[in-house]
Amino acid sequence: MRLTQGTFSFLPDLTDDEIRAQIQYCLDKGWAVSVEFTDDPHPRNTYWEMWGLPMFDLADAAGVLAEVVACREAFPERYVRVMAYDSSLGRQTVALSFLVQRPSEEPGFRLERSEGPDRRQRYDLRPYALDRPAGERYGSAARS
Amino acid sequence: MSDRWSAGVIPYAQMGYWEPDYEPKPTDVLAAFRVTPQPGVPPEEAGAAVAGESSTATWTVVWTDRLTANTHYQAKCYRVDPVPGNPEQYIARIAYDLDLFEEGSIANLTSSIIGNVFGFKALKALRLEDLRIPAHYTKTFQGPAHGIVMEREYLDKYGRPLLGATVKPKLGLSARNYGRVVYEALRGGLDFTKDDENINSQPFMRWRDRWLYCMEAVNKAQAETGEVKGHYLNCTAGTMEQMYERAELAKELGSVIVMIDLTVGYTAIQSMATWARRNGVILHLHRAGHSTYTRQKNHGVSFRVIAKWMRLAGVDHIHAGTEVGKLEGDPHSVAGFYDTLRLDHVEPDPAKGLYFEQDWVSMPGVMPVASGGIHAGQMHQLLHHLGEDCILQFGGGTIGHPMGIAAGATANRVALEAMIKARNEGRDYLVEGPDILKAAARRSRELDMALSTWGDVTFTYESTDVPDVVETPTVV
Repeated sequence: MRLTQGTFSFLPDLTDDEIRAQIQYCLDKGWAVSVEFTDDPHPRNTYWEMWGLPMFDLADAAGVLAEVVACREAFPERYVRVMAYDSSLGRQTVALSFLVQRPSEEPGFRLERSEGPDRRQRYDLRPYALDRPAGERYGSAARS
Repeated sequence: MSDRWSAGVIPYAQMGYWEPDYEPKPTDVLAAFRVTPQPGVPPEEAGAAVAGESSTATWTVVWTDRLTANTHYQAKCYRVDPVPGNPEQYIARIAYDLDLFEEGSIANLTSSIIGNVFGFKALKALRLEDLRIPAHYTKTFQGPAHGIVMEREYLDKYGRPLLGATVKPKLGLSARNYGRVVYEALRGGLDFTKDDENINSQPFMRWRDRWLYCMEAVNKAQAETGEVKGHYLNCTAGTMEQMYERAELAKELGSVIVMIDLTVGYTAIQSMATWARRNGVILHLHRAGHSTYTRQKNHGVSFRVIAKWMRLAGVDHIHAGTEVGKLEGDPHSVAGFYDTLRLDHVEPDPAKGLYFEQDWVSMPGVMPVASGGIHAGQMHQLLHHLGEDCILQFGGGTIGHPMGIAAGATANRVALEAMIKARNEGRDYLVEGPDILKAAARRSRELDMALSTWGDVTFTYESTDVPDVVETPTVV
């Protein structure tokens, strides 16, 4: 499967130049950009691991892209996303979020049903990758 | 003064309802009415009559007014302006003291302001154009159960409009077939699917069956995409008890969203908004029936007022029109609706039909929903006119795709993401839109097919509801 979280998952994976252009857009808006990674792509897994703090004072897209590259190199078989945060009054929330790396294989999710009363089904969504311990969930390179 | 209290009928203007020197207080509710007086009725008298009939007055002098501080309770018409280009019409501005209204009740507010006065014989026609709700009154309402920011965090979707589709045909599908449409559209790339306004619980599909099949579809689509998905389960029913029952089951089945129709009434809407906040479920409102009173420019209630009431009442979504597509929507007016729903502070802007400043004092925004005859080929125009915080609903433009429903959904999502990407890259996407779509279509057969099917479809009719200062209706 192809995980379609993030703003650009229906497009071909972005090149580094395209990532830099998106980061520049965010910086021009005054948003703080951050990098996050995970090996648990469950849609309710809100808190991915932070690759350092949000880069509040950085104005240079190349610097942010360098952090993206460093994170990808450290965790080549994880999902990595770029987040932009808008701290202005009335927003104070994420303004843009897009994937910049996926594991080489994406096994997807198992949907488990259990029978309830009155024809109800109870659904549980479980990433197949979670069958393996943290750090060993994706690919042979996932020993980090 | 003695004339004022003589038994009989005297002009409203002489009863204190016309007060051109009145300075509106920051706590007053202000209204702008479009008044078309009967021949021979002076505009000030017409404005005073509206003020009177929407506050304390009746057709004749009553001595019991003298048992009250009557001037405090009288609404005051403080300004009447001729409408440019229309010698029959005037805009009357009226101030209402806050004491006239019950806290947190749209029903009470509307019973006063549009309660009796619209049938008043001295007027040929009357339209409520805009209202200024003072912060003191705004703060007595719950407001959106979640609002735009919370909804985005709940759905984990940022930086782009959300995508939806209404299941078609609106009537006749069995629950099993209906769920198929939901599943295909969501797995193909939409964020939401939607019950239509008139799909409630009919002989061909009872509500409970629809709930079960739709949630099967939603969960399956979530598993295939890893995204949060939702289907607006329409809880509209004949009684409040039935609506609560339907909403409760939707919640228990894990639906992130429920919906109601405007036809359920203001009080029921406020009750459902309270329920939605208490239960963590997003509340979608379909504005069923609104065009009966919002569309004609000379009589009724402008949609910008309905939008204001619904933000106070506490819905999270409301259909608010589009500039393009098959339904009424003058671009300037629609921009005014969207501002009213989304901004924290709205300045008066005659070009958008906004008569008053409106401060929302941090009440969350409502997500406007654009629907009705829109398709992927218009993505650049939709993004330009409507911005990012909205929901684009392509019903026919998803389900009618020649390669199937999922392909239709994919086409819309690819078009949207390509347009957002181009905009963020600094491209002049409104001008270059068709090229951006064509380039994206080279890597998406679904989008390519959508563009060749609907690329040229437009609905170019003039709007009926255009702000006065805009001389020529704009056709997009």
